[in-house]
Amino acid sequence: MVLVSETAHGPRIDSANRAAREAGARAGMRLADARALYPQLLAVPSDPAGDRATLEKLALWAQRWGPWSALDPPDGLLVDVTAVAHLFGGEERLLADVQAALARRGFAACAAIAPTAGAAWALAHYGPERAILPQSSPSGGGGPPQAGRRGCGEDRPPPSGPAGLPPPPTGEDLPTPLAGLPVAALRLDDDVLTVLRRLGLKRLGDLGGIGREALARRFRDRKSPAANPLVRLDQLLGRVPEPLLPVVAPDLPLVQRRLMEPIRHRALLDRVVEDLVGDMVRALEGRGAGARRLELGLWRVDGEVIVRPLELAAASRDPAHLARLFTGRLDAIDAGLGIELARLRASWCEPMAMAQGDIEAAAERHGTSLSAMVDRLSVRLGPRAVSRPVLHASHVPERAQRWQPPLAPEPMTQGQLRFHARPLKLLDKAEPIAVLYASPDGYPQRFRWRGEVHEVARVEGPERIAPEWWRERGAARLRDYYRVEDGAGRRYWIYRLGLAGDGRGGMPEWFLQGLCA
Amino acid sequence: MTAPAAHLLSRAAAARWRPGLSGSVHHSEVFASSGEASGAGLALALARDALTNTPRDALPEAEDRRSVLWVQDRAAMRLSGRPYRPGLPDWLQGRLIHVAADKPEDALFALEEGLRCRDLACVIGEIAGNPRALDFTASRRLTLAAEKHGVPLWLVRLDAARDLSSARMRWEVMAAPSATPAWDARAPGRPAWRAALFRARNHPPGEWTLDDHGQSLSVRPATPPYPLGLAFAAGARSLAAG
Repeated sequence: MVLVSETAHGPRIDSANRAAREAGARAGMRLADARALYPQLLAVPSDPAGDRATLEKLALWAQRWGPWSALDPPDGLLVDVTAVAHLFGGEERLLADVQAALARRGFAACAAIAPTAGAAWALAHYGPERAILPQSSPSGGGGPPQAGRRGCGEDRPPPSGPAGLPPPPTGEDLPTPLAGLPVAALRLDDDVLTVLRRLGLKRLGDLGGIGREALARRFRDRKSPAANPLVRLDQLLGRVPEPLLPVVAPDLPLVQRRLMEPIRHRALLDRVVEDLVGDMVRALEGRGAGARRLELGLWRVDGEVIVRPLELAAASRDPAHLARLFTGRLDAIDAGLGIELARLRASWCEPMAMAQGDIEAAAERHGTSLSAMVDRLSVRLGPRAVSRPVLHASHVPERAQRWQPPLAPEPMTQGQLRFHARPLKLLDKAEPIAVLYASPDGYPQRFRWRGEVHEVARVEGPERIAPEWWRERGAARLRDYYRVEDGAGRRYWIYRLGLAGDGRGGMPEWFLQGLCA
Repeated sequence: MTAPAAHLLSRAAAARWRPGLSGSVHHSEVFASSGEASGAGLALALARDALTNTPRDALPEAEDRRSVLWVQDRAAMRLSGRPYRPGLPDWLQGRLIHVAADKPEDALFALEEGLRCRDLACVIGEIAGNPRALDFTASRRLTLAAEKHGVPLWLVRLDAARDLSSARMRWEVMAAPSATPAWDARAPGRPAWRAALFRARNHPPGEWTLDDHGQSLSVRPATPPYPLGLAFAAGARSLAAG
């Protein structure tokens, strides 16, 4: 199996699992080339955003092994394990625990511990299994030990450096396990790797052998660490600091009530939810935030958990409004033997400034705000019932409009061309009509729609709209739109699908798509 | 004898509906056929007319950016389609919030919630037929909510019979042949409707042909005007009744 992504030149392979690699597929290859080698190759679209989200969750979870962790996109994690290895019974057992825990969750991982992040990365990617670089390295004394790990859905490519070579002479005191690694272990860009390969520098030990000044002169105009082997080498050895950005778990407001007696009645439950909402509003006020999404969890005596999520159109901190919205969601709850714990969590918060309540104005301005109205409607009618039409860049009339949540900002568009009039309303699906008589120049003169015959008194058109060939199939037919008015003054927007003799089907068909005001 | 007649005449003329007359009518119904967009078209034209002619207390020079709620039930959407953004009138572009309700009960709930919202300019509703939920009580609720919160409502009734309702103005509308456009005599022109006001609290009933000019409405009398004098002052009331 391979993961592919669409590019301008067709699908390209992002990564391949072991079976696919044995069949000849490589990352970076075109899918067509790989299929030529092995036709039964299974291709699945890759999901970089999902991978990233998984990695972020995994980074938080990995803080079980150390006080902080950082992402190493696309598929690595760095955990600071300074002075925590004894809690797991030593560094070897720490690494074994890492691999076992990840294997239980379906990840294949390569882990390593080293004094610097760069060295841990190099060993995890190119070193032996479960490599540990001791702290006693004379040059890299400063950096904290790191565990660089590589967790991905599939196993990693086999290490390209054979372990059995005699260590090359190290000009600078490069630790022996590192000297045998390929230069790719320095986290360099591909073009720099090409330069180094052409220079004949294949291993880290080779870099040490040619002298620091030569490297500095060759790469003197490269400032970025990923383009300068010398900076990367210094980071590897801990001579220059390498700041990392740790991930921090968001601290979500959470309130809960443990009930002395399990409750089974609706009135009591309403009361409890009201109290919870009051607690939550106080917690939100303390942070200066408003809730966008709330999750109400109800634990029943028999262990069942009932979850009722609630999403708001705008950040809110109004207890009466929130309690009213929950009241609508509690109708179908089966309390069973009773509910003994209720918990409310605000899983999505937005900053919301404290506003001074104006008593007089509040008494005078009755009615609800727009966001409160949208919330009430979405809770009763469903989240997709309330929407706002926005323009979308497309020629095809039914695709020129999209629906989005009502309070979301409108997307940037080019605006619309004013050459042609458009109908006030569009039918969800264009309805076929029977054109009984068309004049020789193609104008419809009489048509039947919903069982009624309309005599066309006036007509404007045709406005030819071609199918979007870049997304539709080749046999899609063009449309000729006419704005017509019948004898009674009713105005319609009709179109003819296709031309006679365009070779894409039989005779053209007619449809009515819109009603003009 | 002449002075009271002139007085009667002016009062009758003032009471007669015309576009731009910003009455405090907050609940109107428009009866229309589902096979044409005349109902929604006239409702939008009347709404624009009322919104431009109603003075706003706060910041009168600022552009009105309040949203407009458009509620449709499922049958109305199936019969007459959904609003189409590229074809909406200019004043409504970017201000529309659409509610797709499954049942008429949900549509009525949405209408009432919209009327209670202080941030809306107006509410447009479209309900097909005569559902059981839309009885006199329901329309009375809508009227009271609209008048309490000052949000006007235009309820389009598609293919409906004239049932009991507490709407302050009730219109029956059908499409009318449009005026000939200046540049292409064969093309359809600007929208025109033949609208009959068959019940109104403050105005005598009448029938007009309304032309939409994009920014304003203009009126052509559809029925021949009443003869001047006593009969005109009496409006639709029978002269024999006194």
